[in-house]
Amino acid sequence: MNMTVTSTLEKAAAEKAATVEFRSLRREFGPTVALDGLDLTVRPGEFLALLGPSGCGKTTALRMLAGFEHPDSGAVLVDGADVTGVPAHRRDAGMVFQSYSLFPHLNAVDNVAFGLRMRKVRTAERRARAAELLELVGLGDKRDRYPHQLSGGQQQRVALARALALRPRVLLLDEPLSALDAKVRLNLREEIRRLQQELGITTLFVTHDQEEALSVADRVAVMRAGRLEQCAAPAELYGRPATAFVAEFVGTMSRIPGELTDGTVAVLGRRLPAEGEAADGSVDVLVRPEALGVRADADGTGRVVATAFLGAVVRVTVRLADGTEAKADLPAHEATGLGAGAPVTVSLPDRPVLVAGRAQS
Amino acid sequence: MARRLTPWRWAVLGLAAVYFLVPLAASFVFTVDDPRHGVDFGAYTGIVSADGFGSSLLLSLELAVATIVVVLLLMVPAVTALRLGAPRLRPVVEVICSLPLVVPPIAFVAGIVTVLKWGPQYLSRTPLFQTFVAVQNPTFPVVLVLAYVVMALPFVYRALDSGLRAIDVRTLVEAARSCGASLPQALVRAVLPNLRGALLNASFLTLALVLGEFTVAQLLGFQPFAVWIYNVGGSQAQMSVAVSVLSLLVTWALLLALAGAGGRDRTASSRG
Ligand SMILES: Nc1ncnc2c1ncn2[C@@H]1O[C@H](COP(=O)(O)OP(=O)(O)OP(=O)(O)O)[C@@H](O)[C@H]1O
Ligand SMILES: [Mg+2]
Repeated sequence: MNMTVTSTLEKAAAEKAATVEFRSLRREFGPTVALDGLDLTVRPGEFLALLGPSGCGKTTALRMLAGFEHPDSGAVLVDGADVTGVPAHRRDAGMVFQSYSLFPHLNAVDNVAFGLRMRKVRTAERRARAAELLELVGLGDKRDRYPHQLSGGQQQRVALARALALRPRVLLLDEPLSALDAKVRLNLREEIRRLQQELGITTLFVTHDQEEALSVADRVAVMRAGRLEQCAAPAELYGRPATAFVAEFVGTMSRIPGELTDGTVAVLGRRLPAEGEAADGSVDVLVRPEALGVRADADGTGRVVATAFLGAVVRVTVRLADGTEAKADLPAHEATGLGAGAPVTVSLPDRPVLVAGRAQS
Repeated sequence: MARRLTPWRWAVLGLAAVYFLVPLAASFVFTVDDPRHGVDFGAYTGIVSADGFGSSLLLSLELAVATIVVVLLLMVPAVTALRLGAPRLRPVVEVICSLPLVVPPIAFVAGIVTVLKWGPQYLSRTPLFQTFVAVQNPTFPVVLVLAYVVMALPFVYRALDSGLRAIDVRTLVEAARSCGASLPQALVRAVLPNLRGALLNASFLTLALVLGEFTVAQLLGFQPFAVWIYNVGGSQAQMSVAVSVLSLLVTWALLLALAGAGGRDRTASSRG
């Protein structure tokens, strides 16, 4: 790691870490509503992941901040200043694209130096800075390679260096890892996180992979159909999802039927305090696999349907007496002997549970 | 490529060679064969000293260069804008650009002649009259350039379109813009260099078209290389064939030079 490089970069970036605000952004493409009143604030120096199912408007939101897309109504603010009318090349936002976007006719150094060339920085100076940046993303020895001579992961690293070259106030990443294989993905996302923390640059990271979002971001914003569903730190999002949509999108959730009365719910033969919005009557209780207990029991009404070995834990799928299926994660040693068809009893811990209206099935 | 040449490939290659080389060789033999003295290169030496050889070849080359410049200046922005801004208009433009293939050159030139005759009559008192005269200046007939631009449209459009299809224009432009390049800068610095192969192909086809064009030039009464060959041929059979062989070699040499200058090595394989 080149300490002098990062420290100078860090100073430059930390001075001007920016706040980004989306204010009731709306954008329609013909009949499709891509953004339906999106409100979101990104704090200075924060790494915010935009998470949501395909087509929910993540890319559109990011492109609006980059200046490639214009809202029908609403505004984008950077440090309180409205930038909605500012053209893309004056936005001061570095962007890494989902598809490989390096300039095929330039080698790695010249790709990184492209922005500096546009700013009329002298040749020697910009090459030196581009080389520094390549060093920073771990490609110091590949500076003379052309994009087609680099692997996908290396190309995205160069793209990251290129996006950082102009010391942007905001870094935008649109699923930069989705074209890469699992191992490279994991490495690169950790590296992006490390770099972001060193530079202290406000970063928006679009992904539809919830594990990716939870593992790298300071906060995760979950979007649904062009709106913000919840924006919270990963632990809170996972442990206390605000809505059933968030609960089921982030991590695995099982729905177990229950009866809701006066804020408590009767489920699996006991009564627990209920959270979440649902009318009294038949509801679903949303349960994480690690919260669900499964115990071999000859008199149990549940039946194991399948088991899957996940390394430290075994995920057991149980069919309950009424036919619904629930997933539970058990330590490997507890799961021995729970073959398919084994009778089991399923239990919940003494904690408030999240309830949601009964799903149609 | 260490690819094995199977008997089939040899057969096809052989047939193609026979098809192309036999007429060429026969022509060559005809030009150098003299019943009295055996081999004689007199026809070739005669050409170079013949009246009008240099000037007509130069005119053809000038026309080719002018046509290439004009057609590229016209089509590169148009096709790029089409791809970036209005992909749904593509079929329309494609059809329009293919029209010159459908309209026979004879009909095309008849139209041009009519306009050239009609124009001066009705515009004799306006400054446009001078334009009509200038356009038909025999030392550099601009009207031929205009005609050739139209005739080259189908080839140039196709070459550029396939070139643009091979790169992700939108992403390249956006990447350049997020690096602080204005739209024109993005097009010149990020898109154009990656179209080198396509630009070369388009120039290639236009050059070949202009060097070989006869109908329009002849009917409008100008004398570029192809017309000159025809005129020479009327008077001397052996010399006219020698000129054809020579023109083939000249065209070939020019195309090879263009290919060499463009350096076709990196353009094709630049998508990783
Ligand atoms: N240029 C466009 N023209 C027409 N429709 C568009 C355009 N861009 C986006 N859309 C539509 O807007 C909606 C939101 O698109 P967007 O690309 O923002 O989704 P996304 O959340 O990024 O999805 P993904 O995870 O698949 O990338 C989609 O329904 C999409 O079809
Ligand atoms: Mg997207």
